[in-house]
Amino acid sequence: MPTELGARLRARDPAAVAQALNLIEDARPAKREAASALLAELEARGGEALRVGVTGAPGAGKSTLIDALVRELRARKKTVGIVAVDPSSQKSGGALLGDRLRLRSGAADDGVFLRSMAARDRLGGLSAATRAGVEVLASAFDVVFVETVGVGQSEAEVMHLVHSLVFVAQPGAGDSIQFMKAGLIEVPDVFVVNKSDLGAMAERTCSELQGGLGLNDAGADGWTPPVLLASARDAKGIDAVVDALYAHRHHLAETGTLRARLDRGRLAWLVTALRERYGSYGVEAIGGVEAVEAHFATNRAQTFPEILSVLSNEIEAALGTT
Amino acid sequence: MIRTYSGHSSAEQSNELYRTNLAKGQTGLSVAFDLPTQTGYDSDHPLARGEVGKVGVPVCHIEDMSALFREIPLDKMNTSMTINATSNWMLALLIAVAERQGVSPSALKGTTQNDIIKEYLSRGTYVFPPEASVRMTADMIAHTVDEIPGWNPVNVCSYHLQEAGATPVQEIAYSMATALALLDAVASRDDVSDEVIPRVFGRISFFLNASIRFVEETCKCRAMTKMWEEIGRERYGITDPKLLRFRYGVQVNSLGLTEAQPENNAIRIALEALGVTLSKNARARAMQLPAWNEALGLPRPWDQQWSLRIQQILAYETDLLEYPDIFEGSVVVEQRTNELIEQSREEMQKVLDMGGAVAAVENAYMKQRLVESQSQRLQNIETGDQTLVGVNAFTEGEESPLTAGGSLASILSVDESAEREQIERLEAFRSQRSQSDVSSALQNLHDVVNAGGNAVPPSIRAAKAGATTGEWTDTLRKIFGEYRAPTGIVVREGGEASEMTSSVRKRVDEVSQTLGRRVKLLVGKPGLDGHSNGAEQIAVKARDVGMEVVYDGIRLTPAELVKSARDEGVHAIGLSILSGSHSVLVIDVLDGLREAGLGDLPVIVGGIIPEDDALKLKAAGVRHVYTPRDFDFTRIMGEIVETVAEAAGLDNEAGGGAATSNAD
Repeated sequence: MPTELGARLRARDPAAVAQALNLIEDARPAKREAASALLAELEARGGEALRVGVTGAPGAGKSTLIDALVRELRARKKTVGIVAVDPSSQKSGGALLGDRLRLRSGAADDGVFLRSMAARDRLGGLSAATRAGVEVLASAFDVVFVETVGVGQSEAEVMHLVHSLVFVAQPGAGDSIQFMKAGLIEVPDVFVVNKSDLGAMAERTCSELQGGLGLNDAGADGWTPPVLLASARDAKGIDAVVDALYAHRHHLAETGTLRARLDRGRLAWLVTALRERYGSYGVEAIGGVEAVEAHFATNRAQTFPEILSVLSNEIEAALGTT
Repeated sequence: MIRTYSGHSSAEQSNELYRTNLAKGQTGLSVAFDLPTQTGYDSDHPLARGEVGKVGVPVCHIEDMSALFREIPLDKMNTSMTINATSNWMLALLIAVAERQGVSPSALKGTTQNDIIKEYLSRGTYVFPPEASVRMTADMIAHTVDEIPGWNPVNVCSYHLQEAGATPVQEIAYSMATALALLDAVASRDDVSDEVIPRVFGRISFFLNASIRFVEETCKCRAMTKMWEEIGRERYGITDPKLLRFRYGVQVNSLGLTEAQPENNAIRIALEALGVTLSKNARARAMQLPAWNEALGLPRPWDQQWSLRIQQILAYETDLLEYPDIFEGSVVVEQRTNELIEQSREEMQKVLDMGGAVAAVENAYMKQRLVESQSQRLQNIETGDQTLVGVNAFTEGEESPLTAGGSLASILSVDESAEREQIERLEAFRSQRSQSDVSSALQNLHDVVNAGGNAVPPSIRAAKAGATTGEWTDTLRKIFGEYRAPTGIVVREGGEASEMTSSVRKRVDEVSQTLGRRVKLLVGKPGLDGHSNGAEQIAVKARDVGMEVVYDGIRLTPAELVKSARDEGVHAIGLSILSGSHSVLVIDVLDGLREAGLGDLPVIVGGIIPEDDALKLKAAGVRHVYTPRDFDFTRIMGEIVETVAEAAGLDNEAGGGAATSNAD
């Protein structure tokens, strides 16, 4: 059922975006219900927004790159929403969210919306709110960026939220090598070697990445991840990155994998959410991941919160009877 | 040489002040510019609102500079200008005015501060990225070394490092690394010959700080004197002892001046002045003393006169100047000095190893070390490990007759009409100048700088043609871009939390639970004041007690702050302002919030804010106003949490509700 908030989101009212994001972060039971309803509504509509994840080691220049991309996209008359995730303190639960410092280009522009989020209890990973936040922003903006710190598990998680994952490499920092060693080379769809103003060092990093990718080897999905040189500082190569993002999205649409990609993400989230609530034991009680997958595949019309609620009931029933 | 740092409201009024001070026996001028001038904005730019004439004089064009030096013969004056990002432009204006006075530029004597590195670390009035800024500085050095031999193009400031929390070792190491970055930049230029380098070295002076630990400060000055000579000999092969001399001026510490019992500051200032004059071999060449009531607001002429008297008593009444260096042969001073040298060398080498001062700005290394030291210092004051008389010890006492009759009686307030009048003058100036001359001069500036040429000569041309400060800076912004320095806030888990911190954490958790999400605080600085240390410390502390802190940084318009607050969905806003422009900017933020439907969002203000202004701000809706008197950050956090709880209509479970329980 369409809500007033949902309607205001689709009308791109920034105050409504802020309100919706506050709602989806709210842990109070009544609010969670309202949030689920809102998300169900948004997912059913399936926003057309281009969703992009941006990841890379701290200091690689993710924020400055996004800042430059925002400028380019604004010049192309696209509106942009951004979720920036920073780690939380394990001791105090507090967090320092400093992304607005570097993402200045939308500071006074209502066509740009930035929400900083703390990773909360998820070590370097994404909170459930991040996922919901992307849905909210995707309903009101043309392009949505998700910025996460760190090379590791968060890539795999963020991949499920977006159409394209950009890996930002710092020239000469060796993080690209680490990245390849970690076996994550297949995850990103676009590689950007930022700070191309560093010259030879940037080009070397570029070749390393291309080498690691296996030159011109298209992946199983027929997409060859481009390795692009860019300089956020000098605004060079930025347009090519934007072009690559649209090209990748076009590729997904062409190959009919646009929806499948996000579905895969939803499935992964579903399993994680159920495990968080009931543990692996609970998920096993209804037949394990395969059963969840099967339910997901046969109930495509159901929204994510609906599926979650149905399976939760099943698990509770199963656990209650044993 | 004796001078006081001054300038305010307008060029005319500052000129009057200068001439009065000169008549009183002051022997040089130290010009303070307002923040728009320092950051390259004309007085009518939106970001200049509320800042014009506040912390110094506004200089937008040649007529302003001309009025500033009316009836002051530039060839007889030693003029020190506290200017950095726009220093090439201010020097260009000064040269243009000198020529008008019939004075040859080569006869000019004085100093431009021009230490851009410390702007990224502490003061915040940078405009361009570090590399471009260092190049501009090198331009000025290369220009003045032959053209204006009496000019000190650079005054490397360890002063602001100490204000940002630097330990003596950090102060020495980072200021030396800064000097090396500038010298190396000059030495690598094609238009500077190797023979000139010793003279360039000889023209670099320093601007030091002097804290209340005056014995250690004496050792610091001796250590720097030795290190500088050593660097000159070893790195640049200089042998002339005159050129190797470590020349420095001093402004004594403002960080330790207290708002509580402000009369004590006069004694602190006198002791700090001793620290940099006691050792003859390492004695300051010039000394500026702050006014006793600086922590309360802008000092009046009488307050400045009192500081001048301190210097005069030291110089003319005491026997300080009658002896050679009184520490010759002192084992204790020698040992402490050597320790400082050794540790500073090590720290400086660290910076050099990562690529020098520019690299250590970009990767935030130096800034992080300073923020750490500052946090430590604040913690020591909070726990009482460091004594501040009148603040955390000996707080009871008689009321001071100096501050009786309300705080406004003891400070100078800038006439609110100053900004409007300055803008009127600017508009009148623009309408009478030759637009085509200005355009072609600015185009020339662009072309020369873009091609890698020296920025000073085309800047002089633009000054004469009638270009404005904003136009000059915009021309270069197009080439170099604008820069935001990293904050240096280090996300690091501290040690055991104190009992007080733990209890605030618990309260933050409770309130967060009731709110449905974690308490989220926006911290930012409206206006042009770049002193971000206070805001950064608040951000660190807020995270430490468990809040999610959106740190929005410096140079924000009220509209940007309102947008941040809305987009981020924060529960409260903390604004930090040290420039005296709080009234206008805070009211603008409050108005903006109301318009955005966020009128209930609590706003908290911190900074140098006189008591009467604080009352006005509270009347306008600000929940709390904190000043340097409020050193207990944990208590501040506790109050912010309660304010958030109150705004959300939650009960104060902590039980401090005396004010409301008296209803019967």
